[in-house]
Amino acid sequence: MIRARYLPFVATVLIFVVAYALCALQFPNMLSFRVLGNLLTDNAFLGIAAVGMTFVILSGGIDLSMGSVIAFTSVFVAVLVRAGVHPALAFALALAVSTSFGALMGLTIHALKMPAFVVTLAGMFLARGAAFLISTDSVPISHDFLKQLKGIYIQLPDKGKLSFLAILMLLAFAVGVILAHRTRFGANVYALGGSEQSAELMGVPLRKTMIQLYAFSGFMAGLAGLAYTLYTSAGYSLATVGVELDAIAAVVVGGTLLTGGSGLVLGTLFGVLIQGLIQTYIVFDGTLSSWWTKIVIGMLLFAFIVLQRLILLVSERRAAIRASSGG
Amino acid sequence: MTKLKQLRPQLLALAVVLVLIGLISPGFFSVTVQNGRLYGSLIDVGVRVAPVALLAIGMTLVIATKGIDLSVGAVMAITGAVAATLVADGHSVPVVLAVSLALGLVCGIWNGVLVAFLDIQPIIATLILMVAGRGIAQLITGGVILTFNDPAFSFIGSGAVLGIPMPILIWLAMGLAVGLLVRRSALGLLIEAVGINRRASMLVGVRARFLILATYAISGLCAAMAGMIVTADIHGADANNAGLWLELDAILAVVIGGTSLAGGRFSITASLIGALIIQALNTGILMSGWPPEFNLIVKAVVIVAILTLQSPAVADELSVLRGMLRRKGAKS
Repeated sequence: MIRARYLPFVATVLIFVVAYALCALQFPNMLSFRVLGNLLTDNAFLGIAAVGMTFVILSGGIDLSMGSVIAFTSVFVAVLVRAGVHPALAFALALAVSTSFGALMGLTIHALKMPAFVVTLAGMFLARGAAFLISTDSVPISHDFLKQLKGIYIQLPDKGKLSFLAILMLLAFAVGVILAHRTRFGANVYALGGSEQSAELMGVPLRKTMIQLYAFSGFMAGLAGLAYTLYTSAGYSLATVGVELDAIAAVVVGGTLLTGGSGLVLGTLFGVLIQGLIQTYIVFDGTLSSWWTKIVIGMLLFAFIVLQRLILLVSERRAAIRASSGG
Repeated sequence: MTKLKQLRPQLLALAVVLVLIGLISPGFFSVTVQNGRLYGSLIDVGVRVAPVALLAIGMTLVIATKGIDLSVGAVMAITGAVAATLVADGHSVPVVLAVSLALGLVCGIWNGVLVAFLDIQPIIATLILMVAGRGIAQLITGGVILTFNDPAFSFIGSGAVLGIPMPILIWLAMGLAVGLLVRRSALGLLIEAVGINRRASMLVGVRARFLILATYAISGLCAAMAGMIVTADIHGADANNAGLWLELDAILAVVIGGTSLAGGRFSITASLIGALIIQALNTGILMSGWPPEFNLIVKAVVIVAILTLQSPAVADELSVLRGMLRRKGAKS
């Protein structure tokens, strides 16, 4: 018997498998390692960002600054590389900036007792503004180091490739799973999401966890920015507007409760893959407007939320019956 | 007069912003009359603030019930697209107005049902329409920017009555209507009760579900008005950009107005002043001649400053400080 709290995750995986099977029935070509590899590569930056978002949402918070931080990182790196800085150094600098930016937001949320929504909203404006300040043009970059990075891949059967970006995303998810389920930090985040007050009474260091949490989310946004830079070979300050919403949608479709405290990091991977699958299907079909992506994601969101409500209701009722029969 | 005292921080912030802009660009306060219509930067702020001000009216009520409405920008796009389609098809203005407003109402009720009756968290319930809404608007316009030429409908966006531009009249009238509705009856009090403790308010007999539904419906209605003003103003519907990210500006306006995202006490007037602060900032930065790249940074810094001063933590510190000063004064 599957436990009720894992039901949303199981449902997500099932939906992905069934949807992929349906797509493959209509377009047999979709059932190939090549399409699967591209699915992972094309959604790599979204997936990496979504790992950070999963933690923030598990804690009961939200990070609206992600799309802007991704754009900032990509412009920052592009301009540094154009100025002659080695990409590896530029990457490290960008990650340091995005991580400290996240930590600062976490500190602000805790110290000023302001809602995460408002603080990260201001962060969103600030990061986007900073990106504009650096450059409003699309800055192309090319460097041997970047070419080498892009040259790394694992060969899959029938000309499929697990590209560097796809590997990076899968690694990010692996780190996320370990952090969430095998470390004190992960336990603290779940506790915070369950109830901030109880968490504090239990001895969870609120301030430290909050700063670590948003620093982690900032780091992941920075990493997503690097992935985006590699993916497009350019930095553009107007790019990735609204990625935070896609990430939130992926997290929710992946079965994480938006009130926090319940969910699996791995579910988010499937949330991202479902979004990618819809886009791939639209590309294969060729006649559908790309706007159907948004509408289908909206409908999926709705279906998942209703499913979660039902599960909650059923488990509450079961608990009530147990309580009444026991007493 | 107690009312004015409560509004002091917001009025002060608005005054500071206006004075700063006045110092940077002296022509800011000059208002002239041309062709029987008021012109000037100050009037321009009033006109351009219309969409955010309208959204902020509905958003204030929603936030007072401890909710949030992320979908208003998308609802603007939908109603704008429908209005433009109807106008382009040659329907009369009353029909266009009625259909668009009804559509906004339906969108609001959809959100309200999700939040009030299915008990879904507001942020995620309204996220559905926010994500899907722009797609729906695109389907309505067929993916193109629908343009039309209809002076009667455009009047909403660029006309003037007694020299005052229509958008200003619309948001003032809507603010007054909703403000009177909630403050001259017990509705406002009941909404605050629901926002502070929904369970307790239900136990004393407040019909919380219905009230919550109503606030989202009003928010949808406001979004429909905002959508029509934007559509009438640009003589077309742009499903991609109409109302894009305006929900965030509206939420900011409400928060600057001092209404807590945790629900409860609210003030529509303060939210409207908040919207004016945001718009004055936008216009001021444009007029200052700084490169537009600075817009977002300046906006973010000012907003962070205002919010920091209002935050519970700083407010506590300040009240402690004030208490200490008073005690010192009493001793000496």
